[in-house]
Amino acid sequence: MAKYAGYQSSINKAVFIYSPEQLDYKFSDTHPFNQKRLELTIDLLTSINALNPSNIVKPRNTTEEELLLGHDIRYINAVKMAGHGKLTEKQGEPFGIGTEDTPIFPNMHEASAKIVGATLTACDYVMQGLSEHALNLGGGLHHGFKGRASGFCIYNDSTVAIKYMQKKYNARVLYIDTDAHHGDGVQWSFYDEPNVCTVSIHETGRYLFPGTGTITERGSGKGYGTSFNFPIDAFTEDESFLEVYTTALREITDHFKPDVILSQNGADAHYLDPLTHLYGTMNIYKEIPKLAHELAHKYCDGKWVAVGGGGYDIWRVVPRAWSFIWMEMTDQALPTGNLPKAWLDKWQKESPVTLIPTWTDPENLYDPIPRKTEITEKNQQILEKALLPIRSKNSELI
Amino acid sequence: MLIEEIMKTKIFTLKSDNTIKDALRIMRANKIRHLPIVNDENNLVGLLTERDLKNALPSPLVKKTVENIYEQNLEKLMITNPIVCHPLDFVEETALIFYENRIGCLPVVSGGKLVGIVTTNDLLYTYIEITGATRPSSQIEIRVNDQAGTLHDVTKVFTKHHASILSVLVYPDSQHEEKRILSIRVKVMNPLPIIDDLRKEGFDVLWPNMPGINRL
Repeated sequence: MAKYAGYQSSINKAVFIYSPEQLDYKFSDTHPFNQKRLELTIDLLTSINALNPSNIVKPRNTTEEELLLGHDIRYINAVKMAGHGKLTEKQGEPFGIGTEDTPIFPNMHEASAKIVGATLTACDYVMQGLSEHALNLGGGLHHGFKGRASGFCIYNDSTVAIKYMQKKYNARVLYIDTDAHHGDGVQWSFYDEPNVCTVSIHETGRYLFPGTGTITERGSGKGYGTSFNFPIDAFTEDESFLEVYTTALREITDHFKPDVILSQNGADAHYLDPLTHLYGTMNIYKEIPKLAHELAHKYCDGKWVAVGGGGYDIWRVVPRAWSFIWMEMTDQALPTGNLPKAWLDKWQKESPVTLIPTWTDPENLYDPIPRKTEITEKNQQILEKALLPIRSKNSELI
Repeated sequence: MLIEEIMKTKIFTLKSDNTIKDALRIMRANKIRHLPIVNDENNLVGLLTERDLKNALPSPLVKKTVENIYEQNLEKLMITNPIVCHPLDFVEETALIFYENRIGCLPVVSGGKLVGIVTTNDLLYTYIEITGATRPSSQIEIRVNDQAGTLHDVTKVFTKHHASILSVLVYPDSQHEEKRILSIRVKVMNPLPIIDDLRKEGFDVLWPNMPGINRL
């Protein structure tokens, strides 16, 4: 670590928060949420020498007091009991646990609390100036509610981390969620909070879980105007996704002027993702961290914490997409060309699908979308409607 | 669902001897478009709409105003025999009255007294609540034959997965007259196992359903 090496800058560019214990957050062998993605990503980054052991920081645990920043004591107790075989599925139902989405598994409290601890570690590194940026790919469990598990998420690490940064560092936080599902848990946690701005770009809730995230959800009370939603259409492709993302993020960040950016990097907006209907490719996963990085330096003195999130094609999509985040964070040139042969050979044996051998996706990944023009037009309208309040405010000043 | 479940009971009213100025003030302050007019016993005697009020006022483009217009009372301006409804009327039937008469508001009257008001906005909100996602859920659409027992066969699959259903809507199918579209909101993030099983049972799952695009 840099602090032991006098000739290096006293500030690390970025730290990678990880320990194998993060793999304990595991519902079952067949559940779509599979943290094996962390292993695949780390192995990929290591095999191109983009990540070495000195970059990796072991996460701390989280205290119950910290968990209470985002969750009810009754819920925490229920999760504890469930993980120790003391709660039936029926008793778990009001807490959203023991369902097909979020089944009970051994030591589920301990495993979930560790994920929160890792995101808190990332925040401490960044807020104390020990590193400019920090990455916890095990986090990003944005569906977790105050008193209820939802959508594969038990404890909401981002909610707890934002409350923690508010309390401990008095920080004004911008939360950016590019997971294909609406970041509902985090949004509702800060719906009336004026010093936390939540931005979520997701596939419309017309079909996709959780169904919320319409442009009219703008916050309430003092927090009105600090919640932004961009529900883009199913079948949205790279260009339109990036038009919405780039325009929205630049304008909102300039309007809100945060102290720190927390970005949730679900990698499920890709065409190959089995759960969603967006048509993104690797291009969006290059651009998403690039802009977050740029804005963090422009507005927040570099303070940027990134977490993972969804991502259910763990073989072909997530390792490549998440590698880009780390490389962007550490100012390494984004890789092009082929993936290392050793990595492909090693994991192809386990993968049920044929791995994509290149960093970018092949041409003609999918058949052309018949209604592309209309979808792009509709997304542009959503963008304009959602940004209208801050645009009209700006024009009043002119 | 009954009108008494969706009607507003906090009602702004005026008397027929109130002035146009009074009506303008109360409508603007509360952002409302309809004012029931009552007598001292709270019997409904008329209804004042924003449109009738605007018709009575001079154009804002004309500078010269006839001042005493604002002091005139509402008696001549109000509709004296408005269509009304009852707290026990069904929302669905009332919606039809709105649609057929092209009106925006119905005073709710019981025992001769004004007890509530329903506007097209209240009906819209009811629709939003019925079709919208108030709790985290996915939506699955299924094209089915229009015959007895179909819904039972479909929901059996959901039961097998312990998936809690939040709402079920049955739409006509614009492309196939003999079919219906079932739209089911279900409390799961991963609907794939349910969709697989529905397909195994021979159901035509449209997910998502966008005319002109077939992915799966």
